[in-house]
Amino acid sequence: MQKNLNLSKLLSDKNKSKFRKFLLGSNEKSGLIVNFLLYVVLIIISYIYLYPLLYMFSTGFMSIDDLVNNSVKWIPTSICFDNFKQAFEVMDFGNVLLQTLELTVIPALFQVGVCCLTGYAFARYDFKGKTICWGFLILTFVLPSQATMVPMYLLFKELGFIGTVKAFAVPALLGQGFKSTIITLVFYLFFSQISKSQIEAASLDGCGHFKVFAYIALPSVKAAFIIGFLFSLVWYWNETYLTSIFISNSSIGNANSMTTLLVKLTRFEASYKLLNEGNGDNSLNEAIRMAGTVICVLPLLTVYFALQKFFVQSVDMLGLKD
Amino acid sequence: MKNKTRKNLKKRLCGREANWYAYVFLLPWIIGILLLVVRPIFQAIYYSFCEVNITAYGIECSLSGLSNFREIWVKDVDFIQREISFFLQMILQVPITVIFALLAALMLNTGIKGKGIFRTIFFLPVIVASGPIISELQNQGATSISASDKLLVANTLTALLPAWLAEPFTNLFSQLILILWYSGIQIIIFIAALQKIDLNMVEAARIDGATGWEIFWKITLPAIKPMILLNTVYTLVYLANTTSTTNVISLISAAMLKATRGYGYASAMAWMHTIIVLLLLLIVFLMLREKPDSFIKRQKQIEKQNKRKLKERKEWEKDAKKLKSI
Repeated sequence: MQKNLNLSKLLSDKNKSKFRKFLLGSNEKSGLIVNFLLYVVLIIISYIYLYPLLYMFSTGFMSIDDLVNNSVKWIPTSICFDNFKQAFEVMDFGNVLLQTLELTVIPALFQVGVCCLTGYAFARYDFKGKTICWGFLILTFVLPSQATMVPMYLLFKELGFIGTVKAFAVPALLGQGFKSTIITLVFYLFFSQISKSQIEAASLDGCGHFKVFAYIALPSVKAAFIIGFLFSLVWYWNETYLTSIFISNSSIGNANSMTTLLVKLTRFEASYKLLNEGNGDNSLNEAIRMAGTVICVLPLLTVYFALQKFFVQSVDMLGLKD
Repeated sequence: MKNKTRKNLKKRLCGREANWYAYVFLLPWIIGILLLVVRPIFQAIYYSFCEVNITAYGIECSLSGLSNFREIWVKDVDFIQREISFFLQMILQVPITVIFALLAALMLNTGIKGKGIFRTIFFLPVIVASGPIISELQNQGATSISASDKLLVANTLTALLPAWLAEPFTNLFSQLILILWYSGIQIIIFIAALQKIDLNMVEAARIDGATGWEIFWKITLPAIKPMILLNTVYTLVYLANTTSTTNVISLISAAMLKATRGYGYASAMAWMHTIIVLLLLLIVFLMLREKPDSFIKRQKQIEKQNKRKLKERKEWEKDAKKLKSI
């Protein structure tokens, strides 16, 4: 009886509500249960995102015995670098990496530069035909590249761009690179956050249009450059459809036409068989394929993790209140 | 005097003449639009009405009227079938992708610990999800739900639904994880938008006793509505143009390389596909456009009523005058 009374005292209304608040949360603070669920969901989704990457890395290091062995799932019994060696050979790594870098970095730089100019014009000025220009900006985004593929191919062929960097660099320089609309929009958002009074003050002090652009506008959109460059780099790196048509088209007959790592990856099987024709055993196993994929992703991942801090920060900057 | 120079300066830098400078900044882009967008579009339209042959001497075009389009709609069974399944797939996949991105952004925007790590992981799809890497992983089964579950879902669905409806749903289940992979950029856009929301407003609502649920529906959602439109458009365009999600694109590319039908046929097909994508976009715009506020609507209604009353009264007065004069 005494005990019971004590307990009921302990669970007096105040305590009860406190406990409840702790578990379920109140208006000001979310409770333990909500937080716990949140973490569980976030961790599950993170696992979904990380799983293929982990799978790729661990399979890449497996020897054939490990692949066949059912008891080996994640951690290979011995780290086998042989797969990577073969994948390097199949992809002609050193040579192709240089070409890939040329094909991605140059257009990405051009793209960021030109999109910056375009975004500035859209954000700062009210010019005639602005609505039409917006329309075209959106049209270039919506239009599937297949719709204009044929005339573009013929145009580039006429100009001799096929098989060279120019096929990517020239459109990027004219603001028509891959998904240039998005990068232009990013710049537009950043530039429209600059206060008008700041620009006015600078112009009163004798800055012309270009000086205002160079000294006021550009320094405040550093974050946009990082996002824009990273995105363009990734998109150019991962693009295979246009690359295989414009640049590494096998039907051109141009011996020194360029290719990228990703195009090599899509033709992995064929090149593997070609390389190992002399040997009796030319079956391609999963581990080598995965090693090839790792090689393709690794440079991007390194860049991403190196720039990750700026990147996550600049996403915050994108949402800064003006 | 000083005021005058100031005005002049302002005119020079912010007035109408200043706007000419916009064209200087836009110059490369305008050249690009004319050369790489407008010209190819007209050419592509022309080709789609032609029989195009590429010979060693150049391109040979001979006008063939609507025969390309007729062939697509009447003879080519493949195209229509794929286009229909594409349409159904988009209707299911696009909302799911956008809603997932919104939920993920909301979760990442709460004050949880380890936010930086989660964000780094959630942005990973932006790096990896494009291109053949994902298809390579897909081939190895690294992105899908285990095969037995998939089969179970597929069997129940085909038992319950008619075949044409069951197919997109089973497709959806087999691509459920892939959908998560396609939502990287959408999450970024939503996070940026969520941070723009005025915290004072949220605070005020909270003091007035609004629950988190109410705040989400009344403040958060209206504030990020433009971003929902943007994300839906992005998702739709992205999914419509990726070969790994649609068979239509691969059909077009295949037709381009075929000697028998050639570029004209491929162009016509590409245009049909573009029109269907544009139709879908139109639906999205109509559904998500900014509707006038209900409060403003009500006010306008009241105004209308008042006007009507005024009119009636005037007429009544007129009648009264007439009666008096008689």
